[in-house]
Amino acid sequence: MNQPAVLTGNFVDEFERVAKNLPGGGEFAGRRAAIERFRALGLPTLRQEAWKYTNVTPLARRAFRAATREDAATAAATLAARLPEYAQGIRLVFENGQWREDLSHRGDLPAGVSLRVLFDVLRDAPSEAARMAAGEANPFQALNDAFYTDGVLVTLAPGAQVEPPIHLVFLASGGTEALAIHPRVLIRAGSGARARIVETYHGTNETATLTNAVTEISAGEGAHIEHYLVQDESAGAFHVGHLYIEQARASSVTSHAIALGGLLARRDIEVRLAAEQAGVILNGLYLTAGRQHVDHHTRIDHLAPRTASDEFYRGVLNGSSRAVFNGRVLVHPKAFKTDARQSNHNLLLSGDAEVDTKPELEIYADDVKCSHGATVGQLDADALFYLRSRGLDETAARGLLTYAFAADVIGRIGIESLRRELIRRVVGRLPGGELVRGML
Amino acid sequence: MSTGTKQVEALLKKGYEAGFYTEVESDTAPPGLNEDIIRLISRKKNEPEWMLEWRLQSFRHWSTMTEPRWASVHHPPIDYQAISYYSAPRTRKDGPKSLDEVDPKLLETYEKLGIPLREREILAGVAVDAVFDSVSVATTFKDKLAEAGVIFCSFSEAVEKHPGLVRQYLGSVVPQGDNFYAALNSAVFTDGSFCYVPKGVRCPMELSTYFRINAAKTGQFERTLIIADEGSSVSYLEGCTAPMRDENQLHAAVVELIALKDAHIKYSTVQNWYPGDAEGRGGIYNFVTKRGECRGANAHISWTQVETGSAITWKYPSCVLTGDNSVGEFYSVALTNNRQQADTGTKMIHIGRNTRSTIISKGIAAGRGQNAYRGLVKVAKSAENARNYTQCDSLLIGDRCGAHTFPYIEVKNPTASVEHEATTSKISDDQLFYCRSRGIGEEDAVNMIVNGFCRAVFKELPMEFAVEAQKLLGVSLEGAIG
Amino acid sequence: MAYCGRDLLALPPEARAREGVFLAFQYPVEIPGVNNVYLMKASLNAIRKHRGEPELDAVEFLKLVKERVRLVQMDDSFLGRAVNEGFSGGEKKRNEIFQMAVLEPRLAILDETDSGLDIDALKIVASGVNHLRGPDRAIVLITHYQRLLDYIVPDVVHVLSGGRIVRSGDRELARTLEQRGYDWLKEVAAA
Repeated sequence: MNQPAVLTGNFVDEFERVAKNLPGGGEFAGRRAAIERFRALGLPTLRQEAWKYTNVTPLARRAFRAATREDAATAAATLAARLPEYAQGIRLVFENGQWREDLSHRGDLPAGVSLRVLFDVLRDAPSEAARMAAGEANPFQALNDAFYTDGVLVTLAPGAQVEPPIHLVFLASGGTEALAIHPRVLIRAGSGARARIVETYHGTNETATLTNAVTEISAGEGAHIEHYLVQDESAGAFHVGHLYIEQARASSVTSHAIALGGLLARRDIEVRLAAEQAGVILNGLYLTAGRQHVDHHTRIDHLAPRTASDEFYRGVLNGSSRAVFNGRVLVHPKAFKTDARQSNHNLLLSGDAEVDTKPELEIYADDVKCSHGATVGQLDADALFYLRSRGLDETAARGLLTYAFAADVIGRIGIESLRRELIRRVVGRLPGGELVRGML
Repeated sequence: MSTGTKQVEALLKKGYEAGFYTEVESDTAPPGLNEDIIRLISRKKNEPEWMLEWRLQSFRHWSTMTEPRWASVHHPPIDYQAISYYSAPRTRKDGPKSLDEVDPKLLETYEKLGIPLREREILAGVAVDAVFDSVSVATTFKDKLAEAGVIFCSFSEAVEKHPGLVRQYLGSVVPQGDNFYAALNSAVFTDGSFCYVPKGVRCPMELSTYFRINAAKTGQFERTLIIADEGSSVSYLEGCTAPMRDENQLHAAVVELIALKDAHIKYSTVQNWYPGDAEGRGGIYNFVTKRGECRGANAHISWTQVETGSAITWKYPSCVLTGDNSVGEFYSVALTNNRQQADTGTKMIHIGRNTRSTIISKGIAAGRGQNAYRGLVKVAKSAENARNYTQCDSLLIGDRCGAHTFPYIEVKNPTASVEHEATTSKISDDQLFYCRSRGIGEEDAVNMIVNGFCRAVFKELPMEFAVEAQKLLGVSLEGAIG
Repeated sequence: MAYCGRDLLALPPEARAREGVFLAFQYPVEIPGVNNVYLMKASLNAIRKHRGEPELDAVEFLKLVKERVRLVQMDDSFLGRAVNEGFSGGEKKRNEIFQMAVLEPRLAILDETDSGLDIDALKIVASGVNHLRGPDRAIVLITHYQRLLDYIVPDVVHVLSGGRIVRSGDRELARTLEQRGYDWLKEVAAA
């Protein structure tokens, strides 16, 4: 059978161009092997089941320049004004993937908590900057392996606890040029450690920046990690992100993924519940408008007995946008007493929007309780009538119900400043939002 | 005399003659598939030129295709050039001479299912005169249908006698190149059934009895075409609860249904082909394409299936809801035990306004069985106010089986409402204990609970079929407990 | 635990039932799709077969069932529903008593059959149980409250604590207990 040639865009050429300037050089830490892997894999195509609804071939038609330290030169005051309001306290700020020490403050970290910039780690202890996940077949992870220059390594010693949230802010500020940014965040939590980490991806311009992020969380025995992802890229941006979570016994991880921006955004979340009683909660919200395309693919592997997962994703679609949700739950043999729930609900507000959802259950053990549900629909007519019978006009009633639909996800966010900001953003994005604001 | 009666007689006569037939081999094509073989099939069947041309087109298309790999099923590669694509209607000469020569396990199953003695012989392939008993039944049956104006005959007869209808509708729902197996079927199908219900006619009976007897001879590439003209209705039953002997491992049938304005088609299947032994040896590969189109307003197509047989089942009876206000339904019970694999489900394609669809799927996995539901609900931009409800439940019996759910939902219209729910759980210890504490043995308790689990589907089956299906489930589950 | 000379705990649940033991559950499970009366038919015939009695035919069985369902003041529609599915708490308890009436056990154990019942349902359940009292049937009522015993007057009262019978008496024991509380028994035991 003759395979069509794979699409690799300019990424391979770009690697050759910048290789010697990458931390450690092009021959360092598997960068060369990674770009070869990418060359063989190519960009995903619609023929691949995992990319059936998301076409990333436009990436091959653009020449992305790998961002370097020279791309982090915006005046501090200008950039500071663009930082999200909630990102106070402990925070590390990156401009176009490069660390901005001047805007970051690590504060007084409690004992056992270390927050290191990956650029430094790559220089001092490069083996610690490597990924855990295999991800051999994923071309975007291969690109991240080849190109990554910076990011964060959060290490929590056993029993270490940080009360205030740790903010990691990635600002894309590129000019007219298409930049490619490959940030990496590694969170390693020892047994019994607790922390809340907020990753924000924020774009401030209209260029077609590509952010290709990799985040990994390993939660030790009994560790408790809350992870927030706020994707609020600019309207012309491409955002691809992979979140990998590996959980030890009785650990608990909660992931919140909020997708607001980007022209094309793809988020993969992969969770391995590797030992007994590990539990994960995945919350997600996507609001799309205009010509946005937002894709969430989640995969939860129940590998051990008595593991639990609860997934709750909602989407509101407007304009001629398109959203894709694919939630896969795998219960492996011997993972008895698994409890897995999953739901995905979508609201279509426009005649030109499209949603493709696919909740999947794959079960190879018998003593399990698994369920999933997916809906696509409109606002509940009875609720609408009820509100109108209480005197609200239709626009306000619709706005309120749409808001309530989205707020079900936002309400689960435990950091108050973040929740407040997101409510503000959501209200601002929804039709009838102005009316709703008055009612809140 | 109606055309149908002649056909039955011809068939019976052939069977009788065959008893004295000596040169069986001369009527069997050598293994392999090429244009010459297709010409041979067409010639043997005295087909008109257009039919041959259609087959050749299909073959040429098939030659460019590869087997689908996306289903959750595994089997050794199939050598399509090792299969013989034509043999004369099977003679009974090589079959067992009496039930005494038949595998006692098979007989035991017939006993449990309560299959009448005569039918057992036919199903087991015994050369008996019992076939003649069905003449009177079949004749009355045919007369009644002819009176109503319903055409119901073999596909070959339809090509000969109703070429206009066949040409108009064949391949109009499942195009020749739709998928690998459908393309293969379009090239080499040997026979099947054809049904046309004229405008405003309610088919006076379930189209079943006749087939129960004759299904054993339908062969491995069956082609079925059912057309319900405006305002008509028909209920069609396919298959049989009894396991049938069959030497052909690969079965690739195509069924096309067309419901015009205000027409109603109900298609029920009980599939119990040989599943292979407990270790998964032998067993039928059942790769079927079934699709119906609601081509006019208010049309209604309902699929009900009980799938307990075959080593591998790959089928997705689907509805294309083109007409406004049309309705599609899919009710399914699929059971896999031992090493059986099933990947089954449906597609509901909403195109017309106010179209509605319902999907109720019950999967039961026992032993080392693998059971997957795969479905697509697609709402096109034009499908204003489309509604779908899907409920998909899986029951696990034993810790070595698997149950999987892959629903695809694609919606392009904001007024649509699509709802999908699925659950998977093992058979409940509490329910088992409750039944047992009322004096019911473990195996019976499991049967009772499993049948309860499937009730929403069984109630869609015609009465006598439903009773058989319940028994069948019990028999198929044997050995699954403990 | 000996019952008619056999170790009850060594028997699988269906064998206990066939030996004439009936357990009315505190939380009867719902079994979707399984018809209530169908369960009873399968159950009764399994028990009868075990006793060497002929199975009841459909007519006899239906007659029996219709008669017994009156005992708990339920109408016939109750029979056609799936076992406990969508039943209210009270209906589930009445269904348990109805089943007991059909199966005619030698020993019936009613596990907190009064919990969650309103006063009307309690009276119905109690009258059902009273109808089924007889010289060849033992009934063990497990309850926390005197309330049920106002309607089903016990012959003997045992007080269980920590899995052991700590005191036995007649109906007056239950009354005293109701008035003075379980602590009273602890005090008595301590004294």
